[in-house]
Amino acid sequence: MNTLLVLPLLVPLATAAATILLARSPRAVRTASFAGAAASLGAAVALLGATRDGTILVTQAGAWEAPFGISLVADRFAAAMVLVAALLLAAVVVSSIRGLDGARERAGYHPLLHVLSMGVSGAFLTGDLFNLYVWFEVMLMSSFVLVSLGGERAQLQGALKYVVLNLVSSALFLAGAGLLYGSIGTLNMAGAAVALRELPAQGLPSVVASLFLLAFGIKAAAFPLFFWLPASYHTPPMPVAALFAGLLTKVGVYALVRVLTLVFVRDTAFTGPLLLAVAALTMVTGVLGAMAQGDVRKILSFHIVSQIGYMLMGLGLGTRLALAGTVFYVLHHIVVKANLFLVAGAMRRAGGSFSLEKLGSLLARSPLLAAAFLVPAVSLAGLPPLSGFWAKYLLVRAGLEAGNGTIVAVSLAVSLLTLFSMTKIWNEAFWKPAPAGAGAAPAPLSAAERASLLGPVLVLGAITVAIGLGAGVLYRFADAAAAQLLDPELYVRAVLGARGGGT
Amino acid sequence: MTLLLALAIGVLYAAGTYLLLRRSAIRVVFGLALLGYASNLLVFTAGRLSREGPPIVPEGAVAAAATSADPLPQALVLTAIVIGFGVQAFALVLLKRTCQEAGTDDVDAMREEG
Repeated sequence: MNTLLVLPLLVPLATAAATILLARSPRAVRTASFAGAAASLGAAVALLGATRDGTILVTQAGAWEAPFGISLVADRFAAAMVLVAALLLAAVVVSSIRGLDGARERAGYHPLLHVLSMGVSGAFLTGDLFNLYVWFEVMLMSSFVLVSLGGERAQLQGALKYVVLNLVSSALFLAGAGLLYGSIGTLNMAGAAVALRELPAQGLPSVVASLFLLAFGIKAAAFPLFFWLPASYHTPPMPVAALFAGLLTKVGVYALVRVLTLVFVRDTAFTGPLLLAVAALTMVTGVLGAMAQGDVRKILSFHIVSQIGYMLMGLGLGTRLALAGTVFYVLHHIVVKANLFLVAGAMRRAGGSFSLEKLGSLLARSPLLAAAFLVPAVSLAGLPPLSGFWAKYLLVRAGLEAGNGTIVAVSLAVSLLTLFSMTKIWNEAFWKPAPAGAGAAPAPLSAAERASLLGPVLVLGAITVAIGLGAGVLYRFADAAAAQLLDPELYVRAVLGARGGGT
Repeated sequence: MTLLLALAIGVLYAAGTYLLLRRSAIRVVFGLALLGYASNLLVFTAGRLSREGPPIVPEGAVAAAATSADPLPQALVLTAIVIGFGVQAFALVLLKRTCQEAGTDDVDAMREEG
């Protein structure tokens, strides 16, 4: 049993239990919740430290040998994802102190946060397809409750759409898993990778691959399966939305990367162009959708969709540089996107609204907030020297090297439109004088509010700047992770031992 | 038997998809339930339908007799049924609250925010 692999699951579980037991005292719940998030972060750092040199950590649950038991596996990509997820959880916990009302907190908000975090980490670390389904459900169940917690009318309607589409995705995934088991007799990812080499590429494996593509495509909010996202992500309180925006769709992207680089590696001639087409359409529809919106939350929601396109673009190109771009993009995006939602929460508090029409003169009212918005916004649009620039640079270069001018042109145009959207928010909310008849401005932020609402935002912003200035470090890591992803043999040998390797 | 189940699964998928496309939200939730059942039966069938002896590996052999049913998909299905039960229960409660708040169960009418 490798403790490092189990801690990212056990710590959130223990924290969830502790926050339930302490429910009588909100202060104790917050303390426990924050301590748990910090411990998760520590566990994730240790995990990344152990996988940095290229080691693939494996634990067979209950000592059932693979491919019969459930394997937990951490390579560089998985460990890095666990780390950003833990980072985001900590930021959200701090931001919830002031960004959330007491009624929701008493209704079990903190335990749900940690169960969600456990589901996300489990999905990153599992090496078994059915277990991946179970982790998805753990994650979905807590996200269902989090998205509807509070029970406002808009929230419930958004939640219904979110629940329905995600359950359809789960049913498709389960059907795919059943068919795969029927044809190869294992759901262990490494075992499946080996077994599928011996089957003809057409027929059942391709059907299963397309079922998985659909199921994960819905979760990742790829075109044309993204409609649930802009319909629901703007309804919950901003800390919850930030957690969803940062993590949930990226779990779908992660699952796509995992199965397409490990299990269904032979269909690339078909999946590559398909993914590129999906990527281009995802980018374009997302960014155009955002341009039509006048609500900060909806603009940001549509931009999640368009950004998913970039991640799929790297996966579709499939070269080492492109995959490194995808890894870099996912890691950068989680930090930046969640940060923007947290900023939106602070804007609402400082300006009294989410609507661009009603907001104004925030720059004069809170220069710190303006700076806190500018960093992730500019990074999202991809201006140097922030993290988004390097992520896009890698993908564009990979596209040019692969000789695919169309996708490069689309990604650059979408980037420009993203900048337009961010400028729109800046102009309307920060520069424009406050509209007449908007009523008195809300009271300025108190010191406690500043610490809770702006503290996490500034930390995440500092990370964005650090990634931008030290892009070489993250690039070398992403490149090494991509190399690992492109050599499934490493993964198979680590999980199955000598038995499965070398065939 | 397999053919019969294959037909049943097909009918369940078809009915589930049909219900998912309805405007009434309660039908959509029923459709989801049917899709879940269809997937569960699919996994169950994938483990071979047979009553020929228990799937116990005899001494000296490395695998159970090829005629016995594979118990693993059955275990998977049990997990999936339990998860499906919880999720559907939640979906029904959410549906009830949503319809009460919105005053309608027509998904098209739920577009505008309150």
